[in-house]
Amino acid sequence: MTLLQKLFGILTVLTIFWIIIQLVKKGKLREEYSWLWLLTGLILIIVVLWYDLLLIISKLIGAVYPTTTLFIFGIVFLILLSLHFAIKISHLTYEVKNLAQKISFLEAENEQGDPGDKPVS
Amino acid sequence: MKKKCIIIPAYNEGGNIANVIQEIKKVTDVDLFIIDDGSKDHTKKMAKQAGAYVISHPFNMGYGVALQTGYKFALRNNYDILLQIDGDGQHIPDMIPEFFKKIESGECDVLIGSRFLGKGGYNPRLLKKIGIFLFKVIIRLINNARITDPTSGYQCMTKEVFRIFTDDSFPCDYPDTNIIVRLHRMGFIVKELPVTMRENPEGRSMHKGTLTLMYYFFTMFLSIFISLISSKNYYKKKALDI
Repeated sequence: MTLLQKLFGILTVLTIFWIIIQLVKKGKLREEYSWLWLLTGLILIIVVLWYDLLLIISKLIGAVYPTTTLFIFGIVFLILLSLHFAIKISHLTYEVKNLAQKISFLEAENEQGDPGDKPVS
Repeated sequence: MKKKCIIIPAYNEGGNIANVIQEIKKVTDVDLFIIDDGSKDHTKKMAKQAGAYVISHPFNMGYGVALQTGYKFALRNNYDILLQIDGDGQHIPDMIPEFFKKIESGECDVLIGSRFLGKGGYNPRLLKKIGIFLFKVIIRLINNARITDPTSGYQCMTKEVFRIFTDDSFPCDYPDTNIIVRLHRMGFIVKELPVTMRENPEGRSMHKGTLTLMYYFFTMFLSIFISLISSKNYYKKKALDI
């Protein structure tokens, strides 16, 4: 890896770091999610500074080119990230449903009183 | 004397709901709850005018969620027996006293109204008939039970059953055959009662459209599979925490 490539890599990762920190600072990204992106940046820095690690991993998984290793891990990372968000969305859907149901009960009881008190016929 | 209630999920049923309520009131005087699933029409107003207690969702969440709201409300208000009936007027309420009688006697835990055991009524479309036949076979194979109308939403159940349905594991998308399979596996007694059903007056159906139907079958099979790989007491244990 040439010095220029290393500098470009480090600069890209530092920019990502700065954007993430700013998003957390402005409250647009929760700390809960920021760690994932910061970890990704950290892994990228390690790979840029220690290129041999990428070569070792490539040899371990049987990849011919180090770029293949990067793409494979990139895709796996994106799949896991999508799964993570799908889990989060499912959880939030349950919470919204339960909250809406609770609001319905409270609104009904507030407007119409206790159901036992109301004569139906 | 056990505390009984009737829940009616309704979405945009402003034209039918008052009739449904009046028909029910002719045969029983138990507490009646309309679950208005975020209707855009005057369902809520019509139901209130007809003298029913209305629980309104702030937005539309689907048939299964509306049913679950009813289960939760019944549990919250300590009801012992619950009957569910559709708000579109498909289910003829003349058998309601019979439903309550059988559940109260302890003959079974869940009683399903079957249009195929009753006399006459409407004939479902071919695709629905095929689906019903397929699910009948599945229940027969898995539970060794004979259920003639697994997609019927006309049901009556004990508190032990609807308590389980208040958990998030309740399949809110389509609570049908998957529920019957699950209840059988949990050891509940599920029986059927002959009922008469009419066709939806506006020709509406939950399963219209090829994609919807494909999604319905997919969720149904997945839900049945999940029930089969879960331990028999898994849902009971979860319900005890509620």
